Amino acid sequence: MPARELRFVDDMAAFGFSPERSRRLQEVMGYDKHRIVEPGVCVSDLAIEGLQLLFHQQLLQPDEFDAMLVLTQSPDHFIPPTSNIIQGQLNLKSDMLCLDLNQGCAAWLVGLIQACLLLEQPAINKVVLITGDVISRKVSPRDRNSFPLIGDAIGIALVEKSPDASPIHANLRMDGSRASALMIPAGGFRMPSTPETAIEHDAGDSNLRSLDQLQMDGTAVFNFVQREVPPMIEDLLRFANTPEHAIDYYLFHQPNRFMLEKLAAKMKVNPARMPANVVENFGNSSGASIPVNITMNLAQQLLTQPLHVCFAGFGSGLTWSSMLLSLGPLRFCSMQTV
Amino acid sequence: MHDPLLQILARIRSDADYRNSSNFVEDGLLDSFDMVMLTSELEKTYSITIDGLDFVPENFATLDDIRKLLAKNGASL
Repeated sequence: MPARELRFVDDMAAFGFSPERSRRLQEVMGYDKHRIVEPGVCVSDLAIEGLQLLFHQQLLQPDEFDAMLVLTQSPDHFIPPTSNIIQGQLNLKSDMLCLDLNQGCAAWLVGLIQACLLLEQPAINKVVLITGDVISRKVSPRDRNSFPLIGDAIGIALVEKSPDASPIHANLRMDGSRASALMIPAGGFRMPSTPETAIEHDAGDSNLRSLDQLQMDGTAVFNFVQREVPPMIEDLLRFANTPEHAIDYYLFHQPNRFMLEKLAAKMKVNPARMPANVVENFGNSSGASIPVNITMNLAQQLLTQPLHVCFAGFGSGLTWSSMLLSLGPLRFCSMQTV
Repeated sequence: MHDPLLQILARIRSDADYRNSSNFVEDGLLDSFDMVMLTSELEKTYSITIDGLDFVPENFATLDDIRKLLAKNGASL
């Protein structure tokens, strides 16, 4: 988690909002504080600091894992993969798989599923999963739809085989026909960045953003989540033959408080079992929001006991996924500011 | 301005001329965040919970649309 903290009351000045309108928005959406990296900081910088800390505290050995997955939408470079950069900087063994995948707010789920698939291989016993973004670097500070909610962070998890693990159930769905709902149009090979793509325009809603920056159709994304996530969870519980009351916590990706409260209402879940406090403290941490949720709300419990949890992630792609598992006791579970 | 709905809308955007708009969303009087704030205000005022699936621009386009939205979600008007 980057140390630099911005406050909504300070962001407000860029949006031309009246204090009353800002206060109301803050109350409904959960705007308050969010964490942003210093200029120039990349995903690999956060990952290397985090892994070094785990090595230093002897919670993880550098030669202990056979694969490292990095799921991000803000890679250090197009070439090479960010996972290879991390491997090289930390002098990790060459007899391992380094793999980058482009995923945003569903990264934690997609990454866990990929880790489980890799662990089916006899040669792979432990996988380090790194998810998250420094997407603030691609969000216009004058875009009130995105900037006050954006949070930079990464999560690092060690996923390993266990002889007495209980079954893990998951589902994963994707719909590329709605890909433009969350997009950075320029900067790739389809639309290379130019001085023109860097010019900020009013998109018609008084928000200024350029083609080099994140564009989000907020209403389309909101409706996607409300329409797709509840039936996905129902399907998962049915498939796993698990009654709703058996779930201790619903640990969902957290875009904003309003969306989470609407999801909890639609699913008829007591909001106390679906924590929604990440955004107001750290911002929407993209693929790291579920690890942040875990460490912020359940760390002490999970170090000593298992909890039956349901994860759900949803975001760019569009991608949505959920997982049901008995989580814990964990070897480590903490949040570190770097 | 005696219409209670217009009073609520004015609290969301006091500078907007709702009376002379045929579509609040298309005319730029309500953006997605205004719809969020309006939803919250309507829920508090009418003691209802508006279904997340009803959070679409068509339900916030006119006073009639908003009244239909309220009625659908159990408000007593």
